[in-house]
This record gives sequence, C-alpha cells and structure tokens, in this order.
Amino acid sequence: MTVSQTAPAGPVASHDRLANGLEVVVIPDHRTPVVTHMVWYRNGSADDPAGKSGIAHFLEHLMFKGTHKHPAGEFSAVVSDLGGQENAFTSMDYTAYFQRVAKEHLATMMAFEADRMANLALAEDVVGPERDVVIEERRMRTDNRPDAQLGEALTSSLFTHHPYGVPIIGWMHEIEGLGREDALAYYNRFYTPENAILVVAGDVTREEALRLANDTYGRIPARGAQPVRHRPQEPEPRARRLVRLADEKVEQPYLQRIYLAPSLLEDRAASDALDVAAQLLGAPQTGYLYRRLARDRGLAVASGAWYMGTAVDRTQFGVYAVPTESTDLAALERALDETLAEFTANGPTEAELARAKTRLIADHLYSQDSQANLARAYGATLAVGGAIADVQDWQARIEAVTADDVRAALARWLSPQRSATGYLETAAAA
Amino acid sequence: MNAPSPPAAAPHTLPIRPIETPRGVRAWLVEDQSAPLVALRFAFRGGASQDPADKAGLANMMSGLLDEGAGPYDSAAFQERLDEFAVELSFDADRDSLGGGLRTLTRHRAEAFEMLRLALVEPRFDDDAVERIRAQISAGLKHEAKDPDSIVGRAFAEAAFPNHPYGKSVNGSLETVPSLGRADIAALNRRLIARDNLVIGIVGAIDAAAAAAALDRIFGDLPAKAELAAIPTVAPARIGETVISHLDIPQTAIRFGRAGVARKDADFIAAMVVNHIFGGGTFQSRLFKEVREKRGLAYSVSSSLIANEHSALLFGGTSTKNERAGEALQVIREQIASLSTEGPSDEEIEKAKKYITGSYPLRFDSSTKIAAQLVHMQLDELGLDWMQRRNALVNAVSRADVTRVAHRLFGDGALLVAAAGQPRGL
Repeated sequence: MTVSQTAPAGPVASHDRLANGLEVVVIPDHRTPVVTHMVWYRNGSADDPAGKSGIAHFLEHLMFKGTHKHPAGEFSAVVSDLGGQENAFTSMDYTAYFQRVAKEHLATMMAFEADRMANLALAEDVVGPERDVVIEERRMRTDNRPDAQLGEALTSSLFTHHPYGVPIIGWMHEIEGLGREDALAYYNRFYTPENAILVVAGDVTREEALRLANDTYGRIPARGAQPVRHRPQEPEPRARRLVRLADEKVEQPYLQRIYLAPSLLEDRAASDALDVAAQLLGAPQTGYLYRRLARDRGLAVASGAWYMGTAVDRTQFGVYAVPTESTDLAALERALDETLAEFTANGPTEAELARAKTRLIADHLYSQDSQANLARAYGATLAVGGAIADVQDWQARIEAVTADDVRAALARWLSPQRSATGYLETAAAA
Repeated sequence: MNAPSPPAAAPHTLPIRPIETPRGVRAWLVEDQSAPLVALRFAFRGGASQDPADKAGLANMMSGLLDEGAGPYDSAAFQERLDEFAVELSFDADRDSLGGGLRTLTRHRAEAFEMLRLALVEPRFDDDAVERIRAQISAGLKHEAKDPDSIVGRAFAEAAFPNHPYGKSVNGSLETVPSLGRADIAALNRRLIARDNLVIGIVGAIDAAAAAAALDRIFGDLPAKAELAAIPTVAPARIGETVISHLDIPQTAIRFGRAGVARKDADFIAAMVVNHIFGGGTFQSRLFKEVREKRGLAYSVSSSLIANEHSALLFGGTSTKNERAGEALQVIREQIASLSTEGPSDEEIEKAKKYITGSYPLRFDSSTKIAAQLVHMQLDELGLDWMQRRNALVNAVSRADVTRVAHRLFGDGALLVAAAGQPRGL
C-alpha cells in the first residue's frame, strides 16, 4: 500500500523571473495570516576561496551589520517591532536569510532585504567583534566537542579534493585571518540578483508577491551574468578510510560512516533510490540496521542512515550505529559490513518497500503542513540547480522506486572503497 | 523607516471548540479541513516530578516504552504497523507532565487512533523492550556525562533544588536507570495515565462528532483518577554561589539563575516583558547587544522565565572562551543591576510589547503547533478566550509595572551560577 491515492501534496508553487534575473517562487498557504520571506544565494562554504575557509558563513553574520541607508541593527529592530522572527543560515551550497512576519509586513521585509542585497556597508569596528562571535560559535559547536571534531575529520577524509571536505564554519586558523576586505570581495562576487532566489510562502498571492518584488528587488541593477562556482571535483575513490578520535571526554563511543554518493542533479533515479534506501536501512525502530544490529544481534542501542541528495556536487550517504556496552567498535563495524552486504544482496521485501515509501511520503506531507518547511524545500532545491518539478514530482518518483532500484543503487554507491568510517572512542585521562 | 504597528487581529483565524465525549473526556478542537491531516496532542499532569526519590528517570523510561509494544503487537509489530499506516506517534516526559503527540493522514485516522488507544490502555512493557530502551537511555546519559551543556544544566538543577524532584534530571542518571524495573514502570503507568489529569488538543480535518467519538474510544477506558504525589513548592537555593565543573575544554558553558515569577502570579505578564528586554530570544535584548554584539564574547546568550508547576526561575546561559568567562558574567551582572535599579527605558518597554504581541500568531502556523498551544493553554488554565485576551494583557502592562517587576526579579542581583570548563575570573 502506498499513499498515492491521496490528495496531491501541498500547495502548488509558482516560479517567475524578474527582469534583472532574480528568481521568484511563491507558495500560497492561506490558513494563517503569516508569511515566510526568504532570500537564497547560490553560494555556500564550498565556494569559499582557498585559504579563506569560513568566509561565506562570516559574511552571513556581517549581513546583519547595516547598509549605506540603514545603519547596523535597524533591520533587526524593525523585524522585532513587527513581531517578526528572523535568522540566516549557511550550508555547503547556499546561504539563506529569512523572516516570518504577519502578511501585511511583507513589503517592508522585501525593502530591507533588497537593500542589503546591494548596499552592504561594513564599518571596520563591527567586523572585529563579529569575528570573535564566530570564533566562539566554532568553539561551542566544535572545539568543545569530540563528536563534532570526529565529524570534521571524517568529512575531510571522504572529500580529499572537493571543498565539501572543509567545515562550513571554516578552520579556526583561517577564520582568525578573515577581514573586511575578504567579506566585501565575496559579497560583490555573489550577492547579485542573478544569483538569488526569492521564496515567499504563506498568505499571499503570486500576483501580489511579484508586484512587491518588482518594486523592491526589481530595482537592483542586473550584473549581466550569474557568478560561476569553481569546484574541483572529487576523483573516483579507491581506498576505504578509517579515522579514529579518542578523547577522555567521550563516555559513549559510536561509529559513523559516509559514502561518496551522487546528488539529485547528477542522477535522479539513483538519488530517489537512495532516499528510499536511507529510510529502509535507517528508520529508528523499523529500519534494517536497527532490526539486525539491535533487535536480532544485540550489538547496537541505536542506528540510522541518511542521504543528502540536495547538493550541487557528489554528496554523502551516511550510516551510524551506537554500540551496546559489551560491543567494541571493530566488532560493530564488522556486523555493519555484514548487514549492509546482506541488504544489498537481498534487497527489501515488497512489504518493507511499501512501508518505507508510505512513511517517507507521509513524513513529507506532514512537513508540508509548515509554510517555513515548504519554503525551505523549494529554496534549497533551486539553490543547488534543481527545478520546481524536482520538488513537486518527488512523491511520484518515490512511488516508482522498485526493490531492484534500491539494490542496484546500494551496490553501485555503497561499496567499501567509496567510504570513510569514523570511530569515536573513549580514552583514559592523561 | 518607520515601522507600521502590528495588527490587533486574533492570531489564528479558526475558532477553538471545547468538546466533551459521552464518557466525559474533554478536549479542545480546531477543525481545519484545508489539509488531509489530523494532529493530536495531549498531556497527563505529573511527569518526572512523580518519579520516586530513588528512581529518577522512571517517567522518561516509561514514556519511551509506550510505543514499544501494546495489545496484540510486540515492539516490532507495533512499529511496523505505525509505518504501514504512516502514523507519527511519540511520547515524552517533562518535569510536570507526560505528553504525547499523534499525526495521521485523515484516511488512516481510525488505525492511528487505535494504535494510540493500545499504547495508553494496553502497553506491554515486554522484557526485551525494557532492556533495549534502558540501553538506549544509558547511552544518552553517557554522552551527557561529558557534554558541557548537560553538565552545567545538571549542576545548576542539583544546586538549586536539593532534595526536590526538580533537582534531578528528567532522564535519570547512570546510578538510577539500571535499577528501574518492569514493576516500577507499570506502577508509575497506573498512577499517571488517567482521565482526571489529562488535557487534549486536536487539530485538522475532523469534525466535532468524529473527534468526540474517537477521543471517547481512545481515552474512555483509562482509569478515572490519577494518583499523584504532592510536590512541595520550592524556591531555588544557593543563590549567590558559584558551582564549577572542571572540564578540559577551551570554552566555558555558563548557566545562571535566581527566583522567577510563577505562571499564575499577577506579575507574570510584566515579567515576560522584563525578560524579553533582558535576554529574550531576539537580536534586540540587552544580553545579545552587550555580550555578543559589542564585545564578541559569545555566540549565544539568552535568558528565559521557567515557570514550572512548583517553582519559578529566571534562568539564562552563555558560552565564552575560558579566559573571558569572568568578563562575560560581569557584563551580565551589570545589566541585571541596571534593570533592577533603573528599570528599562520607555522605548525598550514599547519595543518589547510590540514584539511579544506581534509575534504571537507565529505560534499557530501549523497543525502540530496549534495542537501544542491548545494543550499548553489548558495545562496553564488560561481559559478558552486566552488567544483573544493575551495581547491586550501585554499591552496593558505599564511602565510602573515593568519597573516594579524588574526590581522584584533582579533584586540585589545575586545569582546561582554553574559553569563547566576551565573558567578564569569566576
């Protein structure tokens, strides 16, 4: 059984382009008088120039520091006065800024957001303290945490050449050297109407959103061409890798593994099959990994799998397992290898496949209950080079995945030499 | 640019309807036919604070076992059936209540409701499931044992609430969790899962008659009365002291707090305004501006009012490099002193009120969020018309109220501080 007979998923999005090249996606949802307003730029940490890791993320912070027209803090103060919420995030492939406000304030948000797309003014005295904030952010997220340090080491051992191997926040020694000129150079290169996607979800019509967008974003002069991403590609991997991090601050060991896998854009069929495979293998209670490693063999207390198909270049498929007290990581890894080999050889039963698809599609429908989630789904897909149809046809494509597709995708993409495995281990106090 | 004023409109356009089933189960319903979904959220009063003194973590473990087998289905069969019908079902324990949520497609709602009924009325607590969940919880506790945020959170609670359930972790500890047995779990289940301590919010494509029939079947077979132990009301202890957990990390995690204002206290709304100005969650708060923006001392810094059933706290936290920990805390103390003695400016008060009222609709923009709000309003006994009254109450807060409540909240500025790391200057 699948959910295919149910009503179509979610509201229908429109897709337009302003004269200056800026793309506009509108997703009407009239249940609550609220809108989510997002601007996505097609650049992320993987577009940081060599030696300037962290600049995409640092600039994201500095975008809150004022323009020639509106001094630092004014935009945020207005959002707050309007009862709005705002933030921004940087990923490997994109950077996005958003506000959630009552619908009558959409024009105000667009005016400010369009202003900072073109008129950022960085005073030297705001750059220094903000770099310290980013350094504290890195300490909080990574330097204080052995599990995050293992994650960095693992990713950089999978991506030996492609910049996905560099942490989004940057390496500490390079963050410390980032300055105003680096930020402005990066801004001038990427923050252009041709490189941006406006996504508006909520209580608004396509016509109204386009009219407001033309009045604000539409006034920014075109630069003539979309900036080009320069991404050295990863070679075909030949050797499986193991990285180990032992620290006295680790009390609970675990194992994680990532594989170099195709993105949605490289191979839609494989990507859809890997989406289903991640569900089949990784569902917290019913996935094949949990059933074999935890329920049948008693070697793990938790396990999972994930796949990041929404990416510009070759991306990651991941699995992880947390051992029981009496299981060591090498034994757990052997069992994981056996389990993955079994599953790749046998594939799912029809009943397992149907349940996995039902769950995957329902989770998708549930997430579309939130306008912010809808806006994110469209924004991320377009920002990596996908199309509206990639979001809207997703359910039909998932329904079409067969057991053979899953087996073939796992056999092709989850071979050991394509992987890097990380052990997080305990160490005695020095 | 001058900001227009936020609207005075009610935050959600759909009305709340109270319903009562033939067997006396009460719920609040928001019918919304715009998507083929139903979201149900419910809570039983009396959560981890009902754990026996030597059995911390029991309510949490029980909540983790409710979807691990019930009625004719063992754990694997139960979970497979949830997958088959695409039912999202979860349970969680917090200090004062045991909660749960269900999300289903309309077409599978009969099957979904039956799974929830089984989980609540006929949980199995099979031995193998108990051992698996115990191992999972223990793994989480081991992770927490060296995690700076977990360490300071625990240290703060232990210092503030000695000999009180609030001093113990909801998740229990590596000392207590191994000793929790099936009999303990079943006994707590019998005490907590009942009808007289239950509140329910239901949202989505379901009308009142269908909702009443479903809720009657799901909850009607539960025992009429819960058996809750009385929990003493308590004020946080050791205010003025600093508790340091030494950990070899470059950045110190800091938590601080002192007595807050209870949810039912007449000053609560004014206290919300004060907290928003001090360290509430926007880029406008004093802590954000002084600690982060001006000095680059931290990435995150904030405060909140924690109004538990039996104690109220003003609570905050930040993380800053070890060398500047003393400086960060000093900046926080200066803001506390300034707010206590001078109070906020008129502009700060106006801006806080604008944000608190204007952002209220954002809590209602998905079915699950609406259902959660319905439960929260009932747990706090705010009344069916709360959504209409709430913003007027915020707007009615005067400068005198804010100044008085700021002084009441911050008083002499003494704090209980917990820190984990290698802090200098604390």
